This record gives sequence, structure tokens and C-alpha cells, in this order.
Amino acid sequence: MDKSRRKFLSTAAAATATATMMATTGHTSDRLGHNPDEMFSVLVDSTACIGCRKCEYACNKTHELADHPPAYFEDQTQLQLGRRPQHDAFTVVNAYEDKGAKEGEAYVKVQCMHCNDPACVSACLVGALTKESHGPVMYDTWKCMGCRYCLVACPFQIPAYEYHDVLTPRVRKCTFCTERLHEGKKPACVEICPNEALVFGTRKEMLDIAYGRISANPQRYQDHVYGEYEIGGTSWLYLARADFQTAGLPLLDNQSPAEITENIQHGLFKSFLPPLALYGLLGLIMHTSGQREKSEESTDA
Amino acid sequence: MHDHEYPMPIRVPFFTTGTKVLFGIVCLGLLAFAYRFVFGLGAATNLDNQYPWGIWIAVDVATGVALAAGGFTTAALVEIFHKEKYHAIVRPALLTALLGYTFVVIGLFGDLGRYYNVWHPMIPNMWQGNSALFEVGICVMIYLTVLYIEFIPIVVERFKGRVNFRGSLKSLNKITEFVLSIADTTLKKVTFLFIIAGVVLSCLHQSSLGTLMVIVPSKMHPLWYSPFLPLLFLLSAISVGFPMVIFESILASRSFKLPPEKKVLSSIAKYVPVLLTVYFIIRMLDLVYRDALGFIFTFDSYSIAFLIEMMVGVIFPIVMLFNPRVRRSMLGLFVSASAAVIGVVINRINVYLVAYQPLYSTESYFPSIFEIAVTIGLFSGLVLAYRVVVRIFPVISVDKTIYDSEMEKSMHLSKKSGQVTK
Repeated sequence: MDKSRRKFLSTAAAATATATMMATTGHTSDRLGHNPDEMFSVLVDSTACIGCRKCEYACNKTHELADHPPAYFEDQTQLQLGRRPQHDAFTVVNAYEDKGAKEGEAYVKVQCMHCNDPACVSACLVGALTKESHGPVMYDTWKCMGCRYCLVACPFQIPAYEYHDVLTPRVRKCTFCTERLHEGKKPACVEICPNEALVFGTRKEMLDIAYGRISANPQRYQDHVYGEYEIGGTSWLYLARADFQTAGLPLLDNQSPAEITENIQHGLFKSFLPPLALYGLLGLIMHTSGQREKSEESTDA
Repeated sequence: MHDHEYPMPIRVPFFTTGTKVLFGIVCLGLLAFAYRFVFGLGAATNLDNQYPWGIWIAVDVATGVALAAGGFTTAALVEIFHKEKYHAIVRPALLTALLGYTFVVIGLFGDLGRYYNVWHPMIPNMWQGNSALFEVGICVMIYLTVLYIEFIPIVVERFKGRVNFRGSLKSLNKITEFVLSIADTTLKKVTFLFIIAGVVLSCLHQSSLGTLMVIVPSKMHPLWYSPFLPLLFLLSAISVGFPMVIFESILASRSFKLPPEKKVLSSIAKYVPVLLTVYFIIRMLDLVYRDALGFIFTFDSYSIAFLIEMMVGVIFPIVMLFNPRVRRSMLGLFVSASAAVIGVVINRINVYLVAYQPLYSTESYFPSIFEIAVTIGLFSGLVLAYRVVVRIFPVISVDKTIYDSEMEKSMHLSKKSGQVTK
């Protein structure tokens, strides 16, 4: 059923594809040289989420994370705790107030957003974090120095650190199930989701589906896909009924903060001209003021 | 040697009540440091995923680097702008910078989760030039090396012609003298290259320490978040350089029972209010430009932190030091210089910790007893190391009369005992 739905949607989308491409030409190749349209993406439809926490369970099993008994993942009270992803839980589902919903609350899954232009990647001084052209933001344990600047930089407060580990602490976060993607599978959380609250495909497809759902059911959704433009765009996209900040998603600029700092860094360092110019200028001052000092000394005498 | 300086090793006992207390604090710091390495960051610190950086970064590293700025500002003033009358403070400022950066690196070691990978930024295939932290790391590494190179002439001056190993090491005398004379002749020719490099490197990483926080626009209070943070960090580092030199020089002369460098300190203090005023104006313009002035008088905890920072660290020293009578009084100098120094400490803590607003914060960060012990231990260790070095090497300048009589005494002594070093 899933397959046929996707086929239908992609053919439906094909008609509007050209028009959308024209409208979003700025997106076809981004600052990092990637094409976000073709990246893998997941659409999180919080209005369809029933808070079953099966995604948490699947993630936990796939990545062999915290050793919880199966009952833990059926404990609905966990939804009310405002949990955050941890070193041993890459994704969590939280309940937020949503007056329009039957239960009076919406369930929002949280994990790494896999930003198009990630602040963490820009921040990491040894390149331990990278944005892959197919979407995932990956972490290389071997390169990491453990400075935790990525935790500081992340606008979603996602990376978690193994503070308890004395010798080999790692930065831990959602991997987009890269290994599974390479095997042609969907991320574990998407695969287990019983209610199509999680949809997987290319980013272009996800945006089309998102806007399709909005236009088919405008009273059910905010007319905005969270993550389309926020922070330079993210690979994970969100739909919600109540406003996104009520659903726990931060209000962010469209510009990636990576771009702000990199403009400063590149302005100061590209081709080393400014530092060399400063060096030359100081050398000149040193020379001329030295001469003046000498002549003053001789006149003094 | 220059007319204006008579640097010599200071003959003071190492152990006094003060140094014993410091020594005790250093020992506690070492214990806390050991605890961190045995039981990990989680056990030793109050850091978590909301507050990944605590006082080890905000104080030990960011503030430590800022307070070591006296090294490059003094070098620029004396060696580049050739204000020779300030020569006497170059060496103490150089030593402070050298020890400051050394302790910054020691402190950083404790904070890094994988400290054994600290060499990674040196490996070209891991270079990540987009990262402000990479720039800080590389610049600090090179600058620390430059500082040690700048210190070599002082070592040479101390030992050249006086190398006198005894016993089995006797054969090393000649070769050591040879190395020292080579170092002496080459360094005399190239020191200026390192001095300029030191100033350039300092400007780069002092500002980049500000750039670090530019990446978190959504997680910082608008009184401190600014794309101009690099400029503000550079300006505040430059303006705290001389206050730090004054602060430290007055403390050192107190401790070593030497007359303070009155003329030099009063004179150099006249730059401070000018530099601070420039900083103040740019800081205010930045707030106006970002439409953040309104946050100053909301009198919440942020506004109070900001007001304290500006009142203590900027406005008070500006008002005080524009007054020539204050500049002539050692007490006035000391109080105003200390205020400027404390102001920068508060600023760095404000930028890195107070202004930092985690999105889903449940409780705010306060350093653990171990974090505090390590931080205080590092600063105490720096003071002790300073005392050790000035007792061995000619760093502190003394009066010509004291210098001459002491030199004579030491000549007698070395003739009698036949040894300067073992």
C-alpha cells in the first residue's frame, strides 16, 4: 500500500515538479554544494502521531541503546516528561498541548534534524561531523577531540555527550540510520510507524507530500512546513496543527548560523591576506617608529 | 640591555605564608584534576547536554587568554611602536602571557573529553577552516611556541658565560655554552619577526574567541549576542592588556618588597581609558544597531549582569583613569586596573555562560566543587610558577642602584661557591 501511495504521489508531484523547481532554484545547489531536493528526508506529521512510542523502541533496538524492558516503551506517562534525546536515546516523543486534537494534545517526535547547512558541522574543528550529500549528518568518533562545541552550536539542542564515559566519551545522536539507507531500507523509526506520521523519501517528495496534506486538509495544519527554510533548511520536516513553538520546535531564522560565522572566518582568513597585511603594516610601523626613536635620541643628546 | 631596564633574578624566599596558602590551593586543584581523569567529566563537573561548556572554558580558557593579552599589547607598544620608556614591563608581561597560555592549555586538557586527541587540529586532513575553534586552536598553539621563543633571550642572558655543570655533567659545559651563543646570535637577528607574529596571532585568536559564540544566535541573550563579537573581544582584550600589566606589577612589587614602577605604570595607564572608551562606544553602537538597548534596563538577571559588567569593568576605570591624580596614586591605579580586569572576567563569563540560554533548560548551570577547585588551582599555580621563574631568570626590572649592588654581590657569591647552576 505504501508503495502504491508513493507512486501515486510522485506522479502527481511530477506535474508540479517543474514549477516548483523554478520557484526554488536557490535550493537546487546549496552552500555546501549539495542538492537538498535529492537528499533523503523524513516528514514528521505530528497530527498523525498517536504517541505509541514504537519509533523510540525501533531506534533503541537498531542502535542497541539504553537497556530498557519492553514495557518501558509502552509507558504513556513518559510522553509527559518533556524528555530530550540522550546519549542512549536518539529519539523521544513528547506530548504538547493541542486544543484541536481529540486527546487535547499533539505528539512530537524529536531527533537530529539533519540540517542542510548544519551548525555542528561548521563548528567542529577537526571535521568529525560531516553533512553527507544524501542527507545524514555523520559523526566520526576517531577524529573527535571531545570539545563539545557541536553541542553548543546545535540550534535544536540535539547532540548528547557521554559524560559518564571516562576514557572514550562520544557525541551521540540520530544517524538517520545510514547503514539501513545504504541497504536500501528506510530508517527504523519510519519503518515501524503504524500511522504514517513518519514518511520517508527525497526532500522534494516530502515537501510535496507536506503541501499536499496541508491543501487537502487546511483546517488540520499550520500552513507551514517546519524545516523547509528554518536555519537554511533541514532534512527532517514537520507538520503541526498548533503553532510549531507550542510543539516544542524553536523559532529560528532562515539563515544558517554556520553562514554567519563562516563569512566572518573567510573574510578574515581567506588566502591569509588580511593577517599578512597586518603583519606587513606592523613591520612598517616597527621600522619607521624605530628610525624616529633613533633620531629623537640623537637630538636629545 | 636598554637604559630603562635592569632586569635581574629576584632574591626572595620561595616559601612565605602567601605561597604556602597558594601551594595548598594548587594541591587541592591537582586532586580535583586527578578526580576528573579518574572518574570522568560526568562525575567531576556539572556539565550536561544543555550546558556543554562551563567555567573550564569560560574562565580557564576564554578569560585566561584575554588576561594574557598584556603580552602582545606591551610587545606592540614597546617593540613595534618603540615606546622605549616602557621597556621594564615587557618581560613581566611576556612571562605572564607565556604562563597564562601554558595554563590555558593545561585547563583545556581537563575539559576535552578526548584530551589524547588534542593534536588532531595539527593534522592537515582534519583541518576544518570553517570552524572558529580551529582557528583559535591553531593560533594558540603557534602563539605559545612564539612566546617560548621570545623567552629564549632571557634564558640566554641568565646563563651565557656562566654555564657550570658539576660532576659527571661537566663535559656538557662547552656544548651548552655553544648552543646558548648560537641561540643568542640568531635570535638577535630574527626576534622582531616573532614579535610581529605574536601580535598578529594574538589579534586573530583573541577575536576568534568571540566568533565562537556567533554561531548560536538563537541561544544567546541579545545583550551579548552580536555578529560583532569578534571585534568586541579583540577590543576588550587590547584594553585589558595594560590594566593586567599594572595589576600584576603592583602585586609583584608588593610581594617582592621592591618599589613599584611608579613612573612607567602611571604613564601607561593613560592609554587605558582611551582604549576602554573606544570599546564602550563600539559596544553601545552595536546595541543600538541591533536594537537591543531596551534590554539594559529591564532589571532582570541579564540586565543586572550587564550593568555590573559595564559599571565595574568599563565606566568605573574610564572615569578613574582619565583623572591624572588617580593615575599618580598607586592605590588608585591598582583599584582601577583591577576593576578593568574583573570587568573582562565578568564579560567572558557573561558571554559564555550567563547569556547562553539552552532551549529546553530545566535547571541552570553552576560549577561543581571540582570545577571551582581546578580553576582556582590553575590561577594559583600560575602565580607560583611566576614566582619560581622570576627567582631564576632576569624578568623583573629593579632600580639601577639595587641592580648594581646586587650584581656585585652575586659576582662575589658565584666566585665563592663556584656555581650558578648545578
